[in-house]
Amino acid sequence: MNNAELARKSIEYRRTILTIIKQAKAGHTGGSLSCIDILNVLYNAVLNVTPETAESPDRDRYVHSKGHSVEALYTVLADKGFFPRAELDTLCQAGSHFVGHPTRKVAGIEQNTGALGHGLSVAVGMALAAKLDGRSYRVYTTMGDGELTEGSIWEAAMSATHYKLDNLVVIIDRNTLQISGRTEEVMRLDPLAIRFGAFGFAVREVDGNDVAALADAFAQVPFAAGKPSLLLAHTIKGKGISFIEDKTDWHHHVPTDAEFAQALGELAASEQQWQARHVTIASS
Amino acid sequence: MSQLQAAKPNQQIFADTLLTLAQADPSILVVTSDSRGSGRLVEFGRQLPNQIVEVGIAEQNLVGVAAGLAAAGKRAFAISPACFLTARALEQIKNDVAYSNQPVVLVGISAGISYGALGTTHHSLHDYAVLQAIHNIDIVSPADNLETRAAVEAAVRHTRPLYLRLGKKAMADLHPPGTQFQIGKALSLREGSDVTFIATGETVLPAYQAMEELVENGVDAGVISLHTLRPLDTEAILAAARRSQVLVTVEEHSVNGGLGSSVAALLMQAGIYRPLRIVGIPDEYTYTGSQAQIFAHYGISPSGLAQTARTLLAAAAVTA
Repeated sequence: MNNAELARKSIEYRRTILTIIKQAKAGHTGGSLSCIDILNVLYNAVLNVTPETAESPDRDRYVHSKGHSVEALYTVLADKGFFPRAELDTLCQAGSHFVGHPTRKVAGIEQNTGALGHGLSVAVGMALAAKLDGRSYRVYTTMGDGELTEGSIWEAAMSATHYKLDNLVVIIDRNTLQISGRTEEVMRLDPLAIRFGAFGFAVREVDGNDVAALADAFAQVPFAAGKPSLLLAHTIKGKGISFIEDKTDWHHHVPTDAEFAQALGELAASEQQWQARHVTIASS
Repeated sequence: MSQLQAAKPNQQIFADTLLTLAQADPSILVVTSDSRGSGRLVEFGRQLPNQIVEVGIAEQNLVGVAAGLAAAGKRAFAISPACFLTARALEQIKNDVAYSNQPVVLVGISAGISYGALGTTHHSLHDYAVLQAIHNIDIVSPADNLETRAAVEAAVRHTRPLYLRLGKKAMADLHPPGTQFQIGKALSLREGSDVTFIATGETVLPAYQAMEELVENGVDAGVISLHTLRPLDTEAILAAARRSQVLVTVEEHSVNGGLGSSVAALLMQAGIYRPLRIVGIPDEYTYTGSQAQIFAHYGISPSGLAQTARTLLAAAAVTA
């Protein structure tokens, strides 16, 4: 998928995220909107996994360490055909496997996550298995920034570099907000690039809501031979909807009818802008 | 009293058996948290350096990495002292292994009060309780070398998450050679109409010796090695309850939430009421000393268990 198509997908995905959260009356709105561009680029331009290859030993693996932003993952997996879109209507309903954090009961999901600080260790294990077996697949995981205060992350970080896992790609959704406020006020994380660099990661920074920049960054992994790659993706929590962007309160706020209508209106405007730009480019 | 044949520590049998199996199956991996020495896996690491993964003293990462390896098709054995494995890494066990259904074999070594005088930091008296409250992990605690060898062989083939609990004391052979072992099927060492000891792990040995002492003195005593706490062999327990006047459970664990609690709940709900004593480590600041001294203090000894059985039988006779 080219960059223009990816940009349009992001608008569509944001609409789906808001729609399913609104319908379920539950969900992590801000975080799903901040990481959706990352998931969009991964599943549409990077990962070699499809519903047909979901059991292949050579498939790329994705672990959603920031499991609370599951609506973003469900949205992309539905679009990729891992399950019918209609199943998303059961989000958080009684008896549904589409619970508020990822589980392997849902096709396409590699590992149950939701308790923070777990994904990187599991990804290290998967990447290590590839090295031991001489397989060429890569393992990707997205961590939230608030999650990085979990000590287990740093245990895993040590092992990722100790074993020189250059088939491991770690993305940090750096939206600078967590449930109770600014990450730097809750517990200082910066300088994140220096910290992960000191642990032995090859670090790059990117605008994590710019699909073209993300695609370009992923095309360059591994960033250094013999080192795990760490993509510090600077994002905006709630990205794409003006009144949700960068607002602590929208961590798991569900839009009211009026807010939902306004959000859909903003996405329609984004789509029109995309059309205008696309037509301009095509005709120039 | 019969002379039991002295044997090796179960941990040694575990390491020897796993090495043999891993030589034939390269998918078997050992994952350790600076625990290859205490796990008697130095030789394993020497012979199969590509089948041992070291994560350092980092139990959470130990279990998470093992789950990732299992997800990628490896038979991962995550090995760490039981006290740390099942407390420090409990959330990883719950989510990354059990809930995610990754068939990791978690091996808790030096379990229970194996570390004796090192103190409560190094004791695991909670592991049955916490793991029994987590869905989708089987729990096996072998009594002797034969059970251990068979349990490791079964663990390699096991398709569900499994917790294998091992001690480090030299054991004695309890079962005749050729005894068939199956996860979830208790092994009866002797049937008795007066009392049955239902014991697990390293406490089966003193229960067996207590049985011998009682039998010599005219009490018809039996012993079951209940090596699997989950799935619980309810048939074997109910059969023992039906044939015996009284029951004594024995475990190297807190008396809360372990084998005794499971047996009591089973019997009550089956409507089979028998006088029962749950012998284990009581809910108190644990007495200090070696494993043998702590066992003796709490009556987990041949004489202590025989006395418990006699007292229980006497009380039952009065009530009757």
